[in-house]
Amino acid sequence: MTTNDIMKPENLVYKKPKLLNDKTMHYCPGCSHGVVHKLIAEVIEELGLEDKAIGISPVGCAVFAYKYIDIDWQEAAHGRAPAMATAIKRLLPDRLVFTYQGDGDLAAIGTAETIHACNRGENIAVIFINNAIYGMTGGQMAPTTLEGMKTSTCPYGRDVTLNGYHLPISNLIAQLEGTRYVTRQSVHTAAAVRKAKAAIKKAFMNCMEPEKKGASFVEIVSTCNSGWKMSPADANVWMTENMFKAYPIGDLKNS
Amino acid sequence: MGKIKGAVEVNTNRCKGCRLCVIACPSKVLAMSKQVNAKGYNYAYMENPDACIGCASCAIVCPDGCISVYKVKIEE
Repeated sequence: MTTNDIMKPENLVYKKPKLLNDKTMHYCPGCSHGVVHKLIAEVIEELGLEDKAIGISPVGCAVFAYKYIDIDWQEAAHGRAPAMATAIKRLLPDRLVFTYQGDGDLAAIGTAETIHACNRGENIAVIFINNAIYGMTGGQMAPTTLEGMKTSTCPYGRDVTLNGYHLPISNLIAQLEGTRYVTRQSVHTAAAVRKAKAAIKKAFMNCMEPEKKGASFVEIVSTCNSGWKMSPADANVWMTENMFKAYPIGDLKNS
Repeated sequence: MGKIKGAVEVNTNRCKGCRLCVIACPSKVLAMSKQVNAKGYNYAYMENPDACIGCASCAIVCPDGCISVYKVKIEE
């Protein structure tokens, strides 16, 4: 049996989800954003929420998320995505409202909005891409940058006496009464991608429950190979060796 | 006993040559082409198509959704 005999529509087991359109994404080769976009598209398709999903796109690398997934989107001011999601969910309570934010957006300029939206127990999902750096603007130090990690604004490594410590924002969020599901996942292997997909699915299903039981928060520990100045493969290895120590993978809260 | 055979189809114009699929493949089927696509990236292709088991690991880790996976069970 030749390869051409196998490549028939009836034998198809995996392909790009329909909601992810054919526009070439602007992300760097090997960027974790692409995988998470694909997971969101797959989960929305599986839940049949194509007409009910409203995404809030951030400022950062994912600012053009609305160009790639064919659902309704709203662009928010820098860091204000959870505030906007609150308004949309309160006005349209039967919709799936989620934000998609990076660490510069969620953990730096938008810390107040994030913490207060979660503390109010809004029925929204927050997808948080944590790559420990400001990717879009050229790899500057972020609040989530690890101690000793080199970036363009701390070329000798993050000095804790001057710049403080990395901010484990999911651990803070998990302590709030207003959250019901807080988890930290990654997308560097096929097994990890499957777990991350299950986490995103659970978060989205939580949001569609009519009762307001609290916010769902999914952190994805990601790579930024351009900002870290590594190849995509090396960035994945570096992430497993260094990032997972500071940001251990697993559920922080599941109620 | 039935034997599983797979095949992958890479959308070469969409591929950005990040090599993550080559690393994810447990059967060492994929490799990077010496040719480049319209954007100048070396794209992934099936170097060793007979070894493919259709597990879809390559497609699952692909950040750009370039890979479609096909699988058949061959009865002997």
